[in-house]
Amino acid sequence: MAKIRGSIVVNVERCKGCEVCMVTCPTGTIEMAKEVNGKGYNYAFPANPELCIGCANCAMVCPDGVITVYKTKI
Amino acid sequence: MVEFSGIKEIIKPGNLVYKKTNIMTENSLSYCPGCGHGTAHRILAEIIGEEGLQSETIGVSPVGCSVFMYNYLDIDWQEAAHGRAPAVATAIKRLLPEKFVFTYQGDGDLAAIGTAETIHACNRGENILIIFINNGIYGMTGGQMAPTTLPGMKSSTSPYGRDVKTMGFPLKITDIVASLPGSYYVTRQSVHTAANVKKTKKAIRKSFQYQKLNKGTCLIEIVSNCPSGWKMTPVQSNKWMEENMFPYYPLGDLKTPEE
Repeated sequence: MAKIRGSIVVNVERCKGCEVCMVTCPTGTIEMAKEVNGKGYNYAFPANPELCIGCANCAMVCPDGVITVYKTKI
Repeated sequence: MVEFSGIKEIIKPGNLVYKKTNIMTENSLSYCPGCGHGTAHRILAEIIGEEGLQSETIGVSPVGCSVFMYNYLDIDWQEAAHGRAPAVATAIKRLLPEKFVFTYQGDGDLAAIGTAETIHACNRGENILIIFINNGIYGMTGGQMAPTTLPGMKSSTSPYGRDVKTMGFPLKITDIVASLPGSYYVTRQSVHTAANVKKTKKAIRKSFQYQKLNKGTCLIEIVSNCPSGWKMTPVQSNKWMEENMFPYYPLGDLKTPEE
């Protein structure tokens, strides 16, 4: 069976660290970074990128639209 | 690191699933972290982009947190005086009937100072779309009590909670509009989860189609959060909204066209 793999790219400088994407992610891919971005927010990043299924839930709820989602079959 | 090289192979233009729409400008949104305004802006922009209406749409921006909305969506805009967006939209739609006209208003703009304009525009059945963001508080000015504040809800001007004996009951203006003969499609949605975002997007798409057919006023209430005004984290505020706002403002269609 083909496996679906996804990946997200976060525009780190535009992220406001609201954690809404982290909560909505069904697989626990996203976590908040310990470091801060230029605005002083702990930005979201794909901490467990191998778990991503490319469902785009995170991008859909992101108020600032900082997440871009890619998906492919392997 | 083996995994990481695999990830890089996924990130190719051909595998793109979701990207911020081009209708949104590159300006950074002025909203607080986790605010529903950003999501609402984005789905509205997506609909305008997907329907190919960028040059055909005129927005009327309100006074409130979303007052700078004209900086974020790359379409034609008109700024209205506080609460008067439906009146301005009426004029625009009557002068340019082939354009798509929408207003985007918060609860202070639509349900407090602009109640008369809202009700009369809907009662006249103007062919406009009104998007109403309801977060139950005056977010921009520092979290004062709004007409939509819930009973018992604390705000900076009701520090012991809203007492309905002296401060009145929350105004369900969407229900009032649904009872008017001029309104065509009235619905209440939210944008805090991916499923709700999809439903709201569907409602906005429908409203644009109804406006093309000159059916009457469409009003979409989006129950939203205000993490700063409610003094909560964004995630807590979404949970609080589900537990407290939704029982009082139940989601769903209030008036659907008879087909």
